[in-house]
Amino acid sequence: MNTESVKTVVDRRDGKLAMAHFYVAFIALAIGGLAGLLQTLVRSGKFELPSWTGYYQILTIHGVVLGLVLTTFFIMGFQLSLVSKTSGTLTDKQRKTGWIGFWTMTIGTVMAAIMILTNQASVLYTFYAPLQAHALFYLGLTLVIVGSWIDGAAIIMAYSSWRKANPGKPSPLLTFMSLVNTLMWIVATIGVAATVLFQLLPWSLGLVERVDVLVSRTLFWYFGHPLVYFWLLPAYMAWYAIVPKIIGGKIFSDSLARMSFILFLLFSIPVGFHHQLMEPGIDPAWKFLQVILTFLVVIPSLMTAFSLFATFEMFGRSKGSTGLFGWVKKLPWGDARFAVPFIGMLAFIPAGAGGLVNASHQLNQVVHNTIWVTGHFHLTLATSVILTFFGISYWLVPHLTGRVLTKAMNKLAIIQGIVWAIGMTFMSGAMHAAGLLGAPRRSSFSTYGGSEQAAEWIPYQIAQAVGGSILFLGIILMLYIFINLAFFAPKGEEEFPVGEVADQAEKTPMVFENWKLWLGITVLLILFAYTIPFIDMIENAPIGSKGYKFF
Amino acid sequence: MAQPGIGKKTQTKVEDQSSLKGTLASVFLLGFFLIVTWVGVYFLFVDRF
Amino acid sequence: MHIHKFEKIWLIFGITTLIVFLSVIGVSAFYLGNQPPSCLATINPEKVDTTAPFDKPGLKKVEGKEWDYELVFVASAFAYNPGQVEVPKGAKVKVIATTKDVIHGFQVAGTNINMMLEPGYISEYVTTFDKAGDYLIVCNEYCGVGHHMMSSKIEVVE
Repeated sequence: MNTESVKTVVDRRDGKLAMAHFYVAFIALAIGGLAGLLQTLVRSGKFELPSWTGYYQILTIHGVVLGLVLTTFFIMGFQLSLVSKTSGTLTDKQRKTGWIGFWTMTIGTVMAAIMILTNQASVLYTFYAPLQAHALFYLGLTLVIVGSWIDGAAIIMAYSSWRKANPGKPSPLLTFMSLVNTLMWIVATIGVAATVLFQLLPWSLGLVERVDVLVSRTLFWYFGHPLVYFWLLPAYMAWYAIVPKIIGGKIFSDSLARMSFILFLLFSIPVGFHHQLMEPGIDPAWKFLQVILTFLVVIPSLMTAFSLFATFEMFGRSKGSTGLFGWVKKLPWGDARFAVPFIGMLAFIPAGAGGLVNASHQLNQVVHNTIWVTGHFHLTLATSVILTFFGISYWLVPHLTGRVLTKAMNKLAIIQGIVWAIGMTFMSGAMHAAGLLGAPRRSSFSTYGGSEQAAEWIPYQIAQAVGGSILFLGIILMLYIFINLAFFAPKGEEEFPVGEVADQAEKTPMVFENWKLWLGITVLLILFAYTIPFIDMIENAPIGSKGYKFF
Repeated sequence: MAQPGIGKKTQTKVEDQSSLKGTLASVFLLGFFLIVTWVGVYFLFVDRF
Repeated sequence: MHIHKFEKIWLIFGITTLIVFLSVIGVSAFYLGNQPPSCLATINPEKVDTTAPFDKPGLKKVEGKEWDYELVFVASAFAYNPGQVEVPKGAKVKVIATTKDVIHGFQVAGTNINMMLEPGYISEYVTTFDKAGDYLIVCNEYCGVGHHMMSSKIEVVE
């Protein structure tokens, strides 16, 4: 348990815990993917939903199930596996904590799902007040969050026991990264937990009549932006520390990887206002301050881009490649564990470019709440992150179930990645273009009374439906591969790739493990960015809103 | 990372840095893509009322 | 902890670019006044119809202000009042809007007029309508089953 590579196989009991998370995640993929397909079809104008359901109910399913359920379950399962692999098998107490977390999240998911399916919560995954869902919907989401905290507690406990057993040593890189993401998640979810527990739940139960809409939205977006980094960081873990091993190379720099994760912890939270640039009630100077902080969080991504290219180039050159881009040819394109996450990395280039535009203060007026934004996060979350998660599943699922990824499945996995890339090019490309023309997001098909402008959007909406259909094909392939790897693939031992640092790399500074320091700065930055505008909001608050159920 | 410390031969240092020139070219291509996108939307903003 | 020379070059380039972007939007916002729509004015959302200027939605000529017209919109599920309005080309207009119920969007497609309408708050944006044509106003924040039916129209006429 002392060094990273003593255990080669994740303990079966820990494997079961992680797999439980993955079953829920992939069921969510099936349901949410189908909902997504239906949305693009409806919005093409060529297809109508049966009368017992509606576009916004389906949209709520899509957002909640993919944005909150799939991601949280997959990430927690993945991080528990990483910790078990790199810091040693979980203790019984830690594993039990993980199971309690899993069941809490699952019960919460089922509660929220029932409310959505009975059309008592068609409020989308952002549930903006004063649209009011059934109290059980809010309670269900609370349980998902609380469950994720309990899962997170298992990770923190495992980290602490490793540090106790190895005094003076830096923690294993992947354990460190899992811990950073868990801590960021806990700090961030306090916001959404606060609005749900203190505002929305009492209000939906009728205990209070009115709700402060702006405070609720601000608490939501305090959580909403770190949420996207909570999705992204596990992908970065794979890119920094797993993909190098898969291609046969080395981690570019352990210290730089840790530093970029610390920067994400510091700067991904005090930036929520860049989702609220278009709203009244927040002073523009404070908006701009958070815009600056948002730009700071770009820096670790710039570092990541360099590290990844450097890992690939160093590997290629070690295999004898020459010239400026000769190393590209040396990369293992036939290995799905590399090729599929690589497509995800490429997608992050246009995704990042779009993100810079979104965050740029008044430039946000061009794109705010247009379908450009939907196109943007289908590149970040639904391509970069999810293809990396798929790439992880190709080795992690068989590793945990004691099976292997066969050649045939590997080939199918690569086809899956290509299908996804093609589908997303159509769908996200058309979304970006239509968004610049003004087409709104989160809207069913409409000609807006025969408007000429709205008519220009329709060809793009048809392209989105074509893309959405291709993507659904990709989801079917992925589910087929997952079921194969979980239940039918031949028995064997699939490698759990954990990257090693290049030989000449220096010792990792211990300062990165100083959580009092990092959490302290995190809290200070949050207080700096939010205290005064928050006081403003409360002091100048208009009368609160009663609930509306317009669904 | 394959970079030698200060005390090592400068010869290795030169080889080592040239060996990351593809990386430098790649990140700069990425950087220019970011700039082109941003400037494009900026001009759209300036053009519209 | 040292950083490779090329990575330093890249980070300096990247950070400089970010600073340039921030300077451009910062100067544009704080010196040229191109702020995103933002206003600290509040209103009782249940008394919108009887509160000026929302008691008389539509276009109104004003004197002695930095703008020539005020264009007042009231949003509620699932319509805007007025449902259609004409604005003379070249007019400098302050668009003033609010909502009577849930959160709505207010986006004039193909322009920079794009703001959230939140109960209790007044959203404002000043701009010069310098291109003639028909502009569709859409609700771009989900507000309920009729969300996609919610629209209005601005005709900018010569």
